[in-house]
Amino acid sequence: MIEIPRLPLSDWIDDGLDALTDQFATATKVVSDVMETGIEGAVDGLMWLPPWLTILLFAALSWRLAGVKTAIGTLAGFLLLWNLGLWEPTLQTLVLVIIATLIAVLIGAPLGILAALSQTGYRIIFPILDLMQTMPAFVYLIPAIPFFGLGPVAAVFSTVIFAMPPAIRLTTLGIRQVPSDLVEAADAFGSTRWQKLRKVQLPLAIPTIMAGINQTIMLALSMVVIAAMIGAQGLGGEVWRAIQRNEAGMGFEAGLAVVILAMVLDRITQGITRDNRQTSG
Amino acid sequence: MPAEQSIKIAVRGLTKIFGDEPEKALELLAQGADKKTILEKTGQTVGVADASFDVYEGEILVVMGLSGSGKSSLIRCLNRLNEPTRGEILIDGEDIVGLDHHQLLETRRRKFGMVFQHFALFPHRTIRENVEYGLEIQGVAPEVRAEKAITALRQVGLEGWEDARPDQLSGGMQQRVGLARALAVDPDVLLMDEAFSALDPLIRRDMQQELLALQNRLQKTIVFITHDLDEALYLGNRIVLMKDARIEQVGTGEEILSDPATAYVERFVAEVDKTKVLTASAVMHRVRNVAFLTDGPRTVLRKMDEQNLSALFVVSGDFKLQGMVRDEAALAAVQRGERSIQEILEPCADPVSPDTPVRDLFAPLAQSPMPAPVVDDEGKLKGQVVRASLLQGLAEHSSSEDSTEEAA
Repeated sequence: MIEIPRLPLSDWIDDGLDALTDQFATATKVVSDVMETGIEGAVDGLMWLPPWLTILLFAALSWRLAGVKTAIGTLAGFLLLWNLGLWEPTLQTLVLVIIATLIAVLIGAPLGILAALSQTGYRIIFPILDLMQTMPAFVYLIPAIPFFGLGPVAAVFSTVIFAMPPAIRLTTLGIRQVPSDLVEAADAFGSTRWQKLRKVQLPLAIPTIMAGINQTIMLALSMVVIAAMIGAQGLGGEVWRAIQRNEAGMGFEAGLAVVILAMVLDRITQGITRDNRQTSG
Repeated sequence: MPAEQSIKIAVRGLTKIFGDEPEKALELLAQGADKKTILEKTGQTVGVADASFDVYEGEILVVMGLSGSGKSSLIRCLNRLNEPTRGEILIDGEDIVGLDHHQLLETRRRKFGMVFQHFALFPHRTIRENVEYGLEIQGVAPEVRAEKAITALRQVGLEGWEDARPDQLSGGMQQRVGLARALAVDPDVLLMDEAFSALDPLIRRDMQQELLALQNRLQKTIVFITHDLDEALYLGNRIVLMKDARIEQVGTGEEILSDPATAYVERFVAEVDKTKVLTASAVMHRVRNVAFLTDGPRTVLRKMDEQNLSALFVVSGDFKLQGMVRDEAALAAVQRGERSIQEILEPCADPVSPDTPVRDLFAPLAQSPMPAPVVDDEGKLKGQVVRASLLQGLAEHSSSEDSTEEAA
């Protein structure tokens, strides 16, 4: 029998990660500290206001962005969460989701534009996206720890990786599906690449990009809950504690809170998308 | 048209090959292979093969051909939306094929305005913002470009629609916006790619008339693409006929009509001879208005005026053809105080029967400025054949058989 040596794939990856961690330890430490302060500051800020006021503000915001039905739903849902004593973890989760989404879109949108405009960019980026989306989500938790230590920053890091693909994909799709005669018209008048992108392609891609951001938010929410395992607080933390203590009722309450938060975020982003569709015809 | 014409655009040996291996196609082209053979042998699509022609300052040059003939590829080479594979395109003596990216953008901004078949208006911008687009990317100040946009919209009769969105406008109005957008940058050359083909026939005729009226005032150099021979004859100072990526003939409408000995027209006629199905009845039009023997000269003049005609066929009460009257004769009769058109009735060109083969219509039509009357066995007027519809009928008939062509 021929002994086929096992490929030391895991060793390579560990070595690579170790090298990266050594290399960037100082940098990641600084990022970690700054972000952690930011996250805590945001949560503290929101907690400093009385919950009823914050809830009213959220309801007013949903009214403006998504209409009266969403506003009533937001009001009722958030009041229930306050009543269940889950207001603080809800805010913690919300802050993590918003920060992770912002980072994912800030990185994802330019990558999506690159993949839309350059065939080479497309060939490099899209296979990586396939890999990112099929890899089990839990795997992203492991490398986050050596870089950022246990805590909310590591949670944001793995959430960004998990939630970014739709932002990239739908940005690319949105730009590529701009009708070719409009792009040709922009070219015929002597537009530079940048003018064409800014004045024609991006505005027409916005409804699709917004749909991508909506998906990114939903994925971020699901990952932030999972990331409770590496020390993210919030609703995921409540679920995690319920599992450890085998308290089904408490777990269900925290799970319900995640559902309510998801519905509110989904309706609000869809409301923004609708407004964009209306004004961009 | 002035007698001395300066050349605005000179196209020399222009070839456009679509595909990864143009060299192979060029080699076969040089050996005289046709588009179909080259596609089969090399997988390369020939868009334009060795085209040379001039566009004179201030003329409307119509590039006419059926779909797949390469006319759209050709017009896109002029502003390099398609990169030419070989050849020169001199605009005001400057070869634009050699321009770098930056110079090319400059040339597109300064010299060209383009109008598209499906309008290509930006749906997220208002009408005014659409018209301003070309000026905006040139960095023109907002007040100046707003003013120019309004002027351009006024030229196409769309004042008051500045704040509407494209989807609130009808097709004809959208294309007026397309035209205004091209005019707003005050280009030397207007490129119009099947600009009126997507419009319904009535609006299309209006737009053609308006384009001629605009051209009368603005004197732009216009390259107009169409597959419609009627449109080509109506608009074109000169016509470039394309077939299978090659130019078949360049000439005025008159030259093309009176010289059917060219390969292109000859081929149409040959096909007609072969099938012998196309007769006068297939290409005739309804006579829009006639004069009756009992009409007075004033009535006749008004009928001509309504239809924009310079002569009318005259029929008896039972619609039998009696002859024709011309506008000058009718005018003179009015001045002489005559009450009847009997005195000014002239014999008209020999009437043809509905069963006359189309090939026998070329000679009489080439000689007379009047349409040929079509009468039945009893001498009743059934219709008329005009030159443009004659060739159009041939082209349509031929294209339905020519289904092997694929669009470039």
